[in-house]
Amino acid sequence: MNSPFGNPDRPNSYIGKTVPRPNAGRLVQGRGCYVDDMVLPRMVHVVFVRSPHAHARITGIETEAAMAIKGVLRVFTGADIAEVCTPWVGVLAHLKGLKSPPEHAIAIDRACWVGEPVVAVVATTRAAAEDGAALVEVDYDPLPEVTDMMTALDGETPVLHPDMGDNLAFQRLHEEGDVDAAFATAHKVVEAHFKTGRHTGVTLEPRSILVDWNPGEGQMTAWHATQAPHMIQVVLAEHLGLPESRVRVICGDVGGSYGIKVHIYPDEIATAAIAKIISRPVKFIADRLESFTTDIHARDHEIWGRIAVAEDGKILAFDIDDWTAIGAYSVYPRTSAIEGNQVVNLCGGPYDFKDYRAKTTVVFQNKTPTSQYRAVGHPIAVTVTEGLVDMAAAALGMDPVEIRRRNLFADDAYPAISPAKMRFEGLSHHASLAKLVALMDYDALRVDQADAKARGIVRGIGIASFIELTNPSPFMYGIGGARISAQDGCTVRMDPDGSIVAASSVTEQGQGTEAMLSQIVAEGVGVPPSQVRIITGDTQSTPYGGGTWASRGAGIGGEAALQAAWALRDAILQVAGAMLQCAPETLDIRDGAVVDMADGADRMPLSEVGRIVYFRGDTLPKGLPRELVQTRHYTPADYPFAFTNGVQASYVEVDTDTGDVKLLKHWCVEDCGRVINPQLVDEQIRGGIVQGLGAALFEELHYDAEGQLLNGSMADYLVPMAGEMPDMIIAHVETPTLESDLGAKGAGEAGTAGAAAAVMNAINDALRPFGGGVTAMPFTPERVLRGLGKLQD
Amino acid sequence: MTVTFSDRIDIALTVNGEAVEARVPAGRHLVDFLRLDLGLTGAHASCEHGVCGACTVRVDGQAIRGCLMLAAQADGTEVWTIEGLSDTGAVADLQAAFIARNALQCGFCTPGMLVAAQELLNAGGVPDRTTIREHLSGNYCRCTGYEAIVDAIETVAIARSGRGAA
Repeated sequence: MNSPFGNPDRPNSYIGKTVPRPNAGRLVQGRGCYVDDMVLPRMVHVVFVRSPHAHARITGIETEAAMAIKGVLRVFTGADIAEVCTPWVGVLAHLKGLKSPPEHAIAIDRACWVGEPVVAVVATTRAAAEDGAALVEVDYDPLPEVTDMMTALDGETPVLHPDMGDNLAFQRLHEEGDVDAAFATAHKVVEAHFKTGRHTGVTLEPRSILVDWNPGEGQMTAWHATQAPHMIQVVLAEHLGLPESRVRVICGDVGGSYGIKVHIYPDEIATAAIAKIISRPVKFIADRLESFTTDIHARDHEIWGRIAVAEDGKILAFDIDDWTAIGAYSVYPRTSAIEGNQVVNLCGGPYDFKDYRAKTTVVFQNKTPTSQYRAVGHPIAVTVTEGLVDMAAAALGMDPVEIRRRNLFADDAYPAISPAKMRFEGLSHHASLAKLVALMDYDALRVDQADAKARGIVRGIGIASFIELTNPSPFMYGIGGARISAQDGCTVRMDPDGSIVAASSVTEQGQGTEAMLSQIVAEGVGVPPSQVRIITGDTQSTPYGGGTWASRGAGIGGEAALQAAWALRDAILQVAGAMLQCAPETLDIRDGAVVDMADGADRMPLSEVGRIVYFRGDTLPKGLPRELVQTRHYTPADYPFAFTNGVQASYVEVDTDTGDVKLLKHWCVEDCGRVINPQLVDEQIRGGIVQGLGAALFEELHYDAEGQLLNGSMADYLVPMAGEMPDMIIAHVETPTLESDLGAKGAGEAGTAGAAAAVMNAINDALRPFGGGVTAMPFTPERVLRGLGKLQD
Repeated sequence: MTVTFSDRIDIALTVNGEAVEARVPAGRHLVDFLRLDLGLTGAHASCEHGVCGACTVRVDGQAIRGCLMLAAQADGTEVWTIEGLSDTGAVADLQAAFIARNALQCGFCTPGMLVAAQELLNAGGVPDRTTIREHLSGNYCRCTGYEAIVDAIETVAIARSGRGAA
């Protein structure tokens, strides 16, 4: 049931409006407090010696010279850490067949990727720890490395983990309908081979953790740049042998996450283990090379795709063969199989067709582990789907917009189930496409493209429709056995001065979580947002919950906040009714005051309710409930995921002499259900788009055949900078989910999901008259020139 | 590290208008000196090789990379960080514009962005969007996609120019 948040004239109408972020003021003044800004008494620093080999046996470790450095206190090997820290295995029961060997916080006997921690050096300063680390001598006996994805399962390729039997981590085949028959009888069949570049999140704040173990009170406290404080609490407790209740995880300001900071990293767990051993606060801050070699990677996929279409452009079938290589271990506890699994779930997602086959093959290799990064699997599925749809349109001589109109799920088709068995509650593909076409003035843009061509300028237009998975229920991780909460909670209280404090289990990573919560609570209680203080990111002082990932903060955390705020409003009015000797139903709270529901006449400020409840409870009827603190939790239950949808367009100019691609403009229309704060949603979309544009044009981690990372610096790994990025036009269609009163779905993945595919289609639209095209990201000048046939060596 | 890097050097400079005297290791970078020795944590260390701009501070009127300058090289200079620029109100209009336009998300790049933006605006005139984008091309932001930052700076440039004319 949705509540009427649509009426802009309602009292306390903060949901749906742009209100300022409560934390922005201190961040612009440099008053943020990120983990590396913290200094604790007796704090020490840990630096890791890391494997320079992709695969090697560790045959000896010499630490004497390191210990001689002034300031170096302790040196730990993998065996030392294993005495207090158990290994973990990154599998989930619902990903059937997924296997991965036990992984230790610090490698013991064998290192499996360049960057894996081998020795930890602890010193009073980071400089001393780095000096010490440089003097640790490790003897390695190199082992044959597995680096090529497509030959990982061949008989002659060495098996990376002999105990696992082979290099296959996970495989899933999904088949619906009669795919072979559809292809056999189709009017046209188009096939293509796609590659998405292995890349990473490049958070500006590197991974950071500061852990203190206080044996006096038997409690561990971790200040951690993380997206999931309660998940970290569980993992630290389990692997360090502590009760969960004796581990407190605090997440203050975080300098960018995008999925990078939602995983368990060996060096971070080792840091906690060292704190436990030495009973002093230990800080670990990754440097930039460590970020490139040890932050999770993602998107390392090769995909063979086929589409079958009828003469009228109707899509008959998709056939997808996806391969991905995930490094040497499946990442704990969310695994490294979700991305490939998502490709199977999401290909063909926007379209109403019948016959579908998709297979993902997930293999081990001696590289940095891959796992969930913003828009997990979406950019891959959207690139393959939308690339094939455009190629089919070209083969039919049909306009790219027209073929989509003929195949997108109808806006009145819901509820619907896709051939991948995804359940859609309500989407708006056609309304979104119509809005996009109007927004970009598609016909005029085609005229501009033709005019440019007449002047010898090569331009292209690309469209990409997509679906986006948000608000995950326990079906994402919980059913697989992971203690990763899908529910979130919010506690809302009124203090004596009438101000409101709300503590929520979803976290702030910069998206504006605290602004979103403050305006929901403000509306729910009936006070201005400035009268609401928000607490997030502390397992000891917020309700239990999942945190911020998979676009769940607003949809799940927001609904819990709304329900808690409404409960507090009712509790306040019950007291106010007793004070004013009238029925609570005849009263309302507006702008921080108790008023008459009927005419809004002022009755008393909330501070008067606070004064009576907290200081003169004797004047209230005995037994009158006066609980001015309320907690509510929320878990999605009707659907496993709240799918959203959207469509993007890109207009590019291609220099056919240099291969350079210039992004002229970008559009996105998306439907995240109820928009709580229009500005924050738009900026989520814009930021997401630019991450997708990075994937399209710049970002790729290069390895050599020995598994050495070749571009582990920001000078060599290119990210989008201001100069190359276009202005972006964003618009929305709102189809609120009926599952919650708030009606919000997620918006964090949408931009990244479709941007790269839109750019690819735009480049191919530009190149098509030349008979060429590109399907391997990133679309560097070299690859564009190869696509044009101008480079052939 | 070599002995030379640990040699200690006396420096005297002004930071945010206050006189500072210190004895620093020769290898100490300016951003580490500001963060670790002076507690000025507004400038951030991120790529630590001069690409990302998170450590940008103002030295003798110029925006410089705190990770590419040694503290010893700052001897005799006038250094301004986001803390001082905030206290004096020098960038108050930029800060207000960044908040109004949501030109920051995680905020890690923001102090460096503001110092870079102030340098551009101090040059006078109303730079066009391309010029603003070019000027920011050494400051990495992973969150916003840059457009909001460009909008905010453009707004302030126009406002300052209007104020100057009036």
